[in-house]
Order: sequence, then C-alpha cells, then structure tokens
Amino acid sequence: MAVNNAKLRELYHSMLRIRCCEESFIEPILSKEVRCPVHLCTGQEAVAAGICGALEKKDYIFGNHRSHGHYLAKGGGMKEMVAEVYGKETGCSRGRGGSMHLIDPQVGMLGSAPIVGGTISLALGAAMASSIRKDKRVTVSFFGDGATGEGVLCESLNFAALKNLPIIFACENNFYSTHLPISEIRVSNRIFEIGKPFGEQSFRVDGNDVLQVFDRAKKAVDLCRRGKGPVFLEFVTYRMHGHVGPDDNIQGCHTDIRPKKEIERWRKKDPIVKLERLLLRKKAMSRDALAEIRSMVEQEVREAHEFARTSPFPKKEDLHRYVFKD
Amino acid sequence: MSSKTRKLAYSLAINEALHQTMTADSSVFLIGQGVKSPWYVGNTALGLLDKFGPSRVIDTPVSENAMTGAAVGASIAGMRAVVVHPRIDFMLYAFDPIINEAANWYYMNGGRASVPVVIWGIINRKGEQAAQHSQALQVMFAHVPGLKVVVPSTPYDAKGLMVASIRDNNPVLFVDDRCLYGIEGDVPEELYEVPIGKGIIRRNGSDVTIVATSYLVHEALRSADKLQQEGISAEVIDLRSLKPLDETLLCDSVARTGRLVIADGGWKTYGVAAELSALVHEKVFSSMKAPAARVTLPDVPAPASSALEQAYYIGEQDITRSVKRVMSS
Ligand SMILES: Cc1ncc(C[n+]2csc(CCOP(=O)(O)OP(=O)(O)O)c2C)c(N)n1
Ligand SMILES: [Mg+2]
Repeated sequence: MAVNNAKLRELYHSMLRIRCCEESFIEPILSKEVRCPVHLCTGQEAVAAGICGALEKKDYIFGNHRSHGHYLAKGGGMKEMVAEVYGKETGCSRGRGGSMHLIDPQVGMLGSAPIVGGTISLALGAAMASSIRKDKRVTVSFFGDGATGEGVLCESLNFAALKNLPIIFACENNFYSTHLPISEIRVSNRIFEIGKPFGEQSFRVDGNDVLQVFDRAKKAVDLCRRGKGPVFLEFVTYRMHGHVGPDDNIQGCHTDIRPKKEIERWRKKDPIVKLERLLLRKKAMSRDALAEIRSMVEQEVREAHEFARTSPFPKKEDLHRYVFKD
Repeated sequence: MSSKTRKLAYSLAINEALHQTMTADSSVFLIGQGVKSPWYVGNTALGLLDKFGPSRVIDTPVSENAMTGAAVGASIAGMRAVVVHPRIDFMLYAFDPIINEAANWYYMNGGRASVPVVIWGIINRKGEQAAQHSQALQVMFAHVPGLKVVVPSTPYDAKGLMVASIRDNNPVLFVDDRCLYGIEGDVPEELYEVPIGKGIIRRNGSDVTIVATSYLVHEALRSADKLQQEGISAEVIDLRSLKPLDETLLCDSVARTGRLVIADGGWKTYGVAAELSALVHEKVFSSMKAPAARVTLPDVPAPASSALEQAYYIGEQDITRSVKRVMSS
C-alpha cells in the first residue's frame, strides 16, 4: 500500500511525541516528583501510532496499564496527560486516576485501566453500541501478551465473532508479563492463532514497523466498517524499559529478568530510527525537517511538564466529588 | 512449649509459616502470580521454589479465575492449596470460585466434601496507585457464609494465622496489608497456630474500647498512648479474625468501658465497622454510655493524587479525634 508523504510525516510525528513524552518522565520519577506507577511504552510506539493513524476521530479505543502511547496517538492532549501523571486537578482524569487511568472521550479514547484484561469486554461493549446504532464506528481494544491468560479474552473473541462486531483486538506481544517471559505463561508465542478457532480473522504483524502496522490496521478498520469484523491482530514488539518505571529489568540487577543481549538486539530494531531511515531514503523528509519536528515535539513536552508543575493539586474538600454523577 | 523466639519481619513470618507447613505436610502447595519472583510478593515466597520445586510452588499466567478455581478443586481432591493474589483487587476475577464454589461446597453437598483452601489476598495501598490497586475488600468475603477471614496485624499472628488457615478444613481468606511487611516482632521458631476467630487485647484500658483491624491496630496503639497523656484510658482490641468474630472479647470489653471506637481500613457503609457497631448495640446496649463511632475510609474509591490520598486514608489522628468525641458525648 502506498502511503503518501504527509501520512508518513504524521506517523513519524505521532511516534516521536510518544517517545519524547515517555522519556521525559524518567527524571521526575527518579526525583519523586512523579509518584504514581508509570508503565513506559518506549519501543512500542509504532503500534499505537500505526493503529490510531488508521482510525477516525469518532472511533473508539480502550487501553490498559501501559497506555500513554494509545492516548496520545488517538489525539489525547499531552498537557492533560502529563498533569494526570503528576496528580494534578488539570489532568485528563482530574488527578483521580494517575498514569493508569487516561481518558479523553472527545477524541474517542474511552479509558484505560490496569486490571489485566479488564477493558477487553468494555471494548466489546463499545463495538456492540456501534452495531446497535449503526454508526460505523470501529473500536480497538489494546492489551498485552499477559492478558491472553484471562478468560475474558476468549469470551470476548467468541462473542465478537458471533455477532460480527466492529472491533479490533490489538495484542501487543512484547514477550513479557511483569516478571515472566512469554515461555512461562504460554506454550506457543504465536498469539494471533488464538483468534482463529473463535472465527476471528487473525494476523501477526511486525509491531516495530509502523508502515506494516498502519497497513494491516487500515485493512482491519475497513473490514470492521463494512460490517465484516472482528479482526484479531498480534503486534510483535518489545518494551525498552522494564515493567514499571525506568528500571530496565536487566538480568543481574534487583529485578533480574531480561538478558542484556536481548535488549541490545531490540534496540537495533527501534521503530523510530527505522522510520527515520526510510523517510531519508525515500526523500520524504530531509534531515533538517526531521530535526525541526523533533525540536517542535521537545518544546511541546517541555510545555506539558511546565503546565503540570504549575497546575494545582485537587482540593481536599473535593474528595467526595465524582463518585456519582448528578 | 519450648519456644525459641526472635525478631522477624512480618513478610518473613509468613514465609516461615509456608516453609514449615510445606515441610510438615506434603499436601500443602502454593500457587499464584509472582511466587517465583524475589520481589513480587515481598519476601513471603523466599526460598520456597528452591526447597519444594515447581510442582508445589507454582507461578502462574495472569488467570485469577482459573488459578483460584484450581486451588479450590485441588483442595476438594485432597490437597491443601494456598493461592496468593499479589493484590486483592485482582481477586475479583475469582469471585465465582471463592463464593459460589468454595464457600458453598461443603454445605450444598451435605458435608460430603470440604474445601481446605487458603485464599491469600494482599492489600497494597497508597503510592498514588488509584482505585484498582488500593482496595481493601475483605469485608465482602466476610459477608459470605462458609468463608473464614483473617487479618493479622503482627508478625506473630501472621505466622500463626497462616498456619491455622492452612490447617483449617474450610476455605479461609488470609488478607494482609503490604505496609505491614517490614514491621518486626517476636516470632517463635517452632510451628504454632493462632486460633482463627480469637481476638486479643493489645492494651488494657477502662474509659473506651478501640477495636481495630490489621495495620490500624498499630495506629490505635499510638493513639492510645497519646490519649493516656490526656488522661483517657483506652483499651485496644485487635480483632485478628473478621470471621468467625470474637464477639465475647469485644462485648466484654465494651461492657466494661461503656464506649467503643471502631477502626477499620475498609469503606464505611455496610462495612466491618457497621457490623461491629450493630453487634455491641444488640448485645451490650445497656452498658453503653455513648453510641459507637466508626473510623473508616469514606465511601469513595481510592484517589491517585497524593493530595487526595492524604485526606482519604485514616490513622492515629482520626482515631484520637473520634475517641475524644465519644468521650465527650
Ligand atoms: C487482573 C490482574 N492481575 C494481575 C495484575 C498485575 N499485572 C499488572 S501488568 C501485568 C502483566 C502485563 O503484561 P502484558 O499484558 O503483557 O502487558 P505489558 O506490561 O507487557 O505491556 C500484570 C500481571 C493486574 N494488573 N491485573
Ligand atoms: Mg507483555
């Protein structure tokens, strides 16, 4: 599929925003200015950018504990996200949720939550709402390889196929679920195959190649829009940091999980570097143009932290707010 | 009892209970997320995998419903399973095997098969972890007939109640709070039980009874020290088990002091404190000089922002304030 230069730039911009924003949290986490648990998605940007790049604004997504990328790629405001991570009243969840509860209904980001598998059936329900209303929206459910252990995934796959719901099950297979490598939680790491017996159209995609992600996502979105869903997509990728925070879970350190060599191998497959090379090769963008985007993004990230730092905390008197809507 | 005692951290007291019961009884095994990791469940699983091997120390996929069901099923089939959930919030996926199956099994099968399973849920609050990673849900289980629920506050009780839970012939929920893992206390080296269903007086007093659960016992003791300086003599009861409930201990104390403040880390409405309050009003109303007071979390989900966490969580000062109010009413 031919992707025009404007779309290439857009995908690059989207990925770079996620990367720069993720890395910008490391310092405030270490200085304890950020206190909530933060699950960084550095290394997995192509999945969020490629899929959301194939969606329209009206489409829905649901995320999990590692959803900064999903939220940003779908169009969620960076300022509001960063402020949420700082626990501020100006955050997208008004400081009540923190990093693991990002939401922006106006751009179709209907929420994220850290209970593994917890939002899969919610996404199923959003797709059901669309099918009842015939509004041609598509819903994407983002979850990790770890979530394949939860029964609710199988229940949702079955029902989605049974009712031809417009939903894309997007599994980001980064080969780890907290402390366990995938070989210790599943017999096969070919996750996409679990969709097949339920009647899902199922594919495995290189999750570090944003063009492949975009291409496959676009086809899946088209199918869903034409009432020919659901689709199950597995994205093979890797998180460059450890499970939570800036600790990289390298073997030999306190958390002692991942071989250093493995991390180095994946570093060579950096999705952003890969796209930069392509853009230069195809002369879609010059080095100057790349640098310009980068400095724009860095500026946006700086402003987001500035906004977060200068924003007020929620007021104690408001502790009881938002339990019920009037 | 020839008991050699030394200081041990709460998490290591649990660890010792597991080592000793697994050594003594080959039908005991541990299953749950993180039991092979040195950091996932604190130090509680330290050395178990090395000693007992992967067939009795089973780290699992993220499958709470099936893993809990499997622990229940194995226990029906003659084992004594301990299934651990590193956060009690994750255990909600296992409501069915816990409540529909384990709690009811013995009764609905006319006593033909019992379920000697331990379902261990760890509460992990604060740290801006927000609503799905901070909940104290033990009272939901205490509501259900057929389930026992223990909430140890000290290393001594953590070990003794874990042992008692494993040896009990019924499903027992062992609910501990991660903030206790580092506290140290006297723990005998030998294998011993703390009886399920028995509370303990941690401090004698005559003006008011403070009954507390889990980490709030420590807050209550600090509060009682402060109150003493102001001339208020507070008795502190550590409930230790939510179910069965040590009604006698509590009611006798309140009959003596005439006043009751209840400190529990769950939510207020329909909670532990509500139950205890109803109990004393039913049993010893005539000796009460003031209505019982509840110190609990407000009926609000756990917020992320530390600015709100400070207003949300309860401790010594809330207890002290409540005692003073009860004393002056
Ligand atoms: C129901 C439930 N069980 C356990 C956990 C603890 N936990 C948090 S993330 C996670 C695994 C995540 O692995 P995966 O789904 O592959 O996502 P990744 O972190 O790799 O992005 C687990 C087990 C949880 N949050 N919810
Ligand atoms: Mg994973």
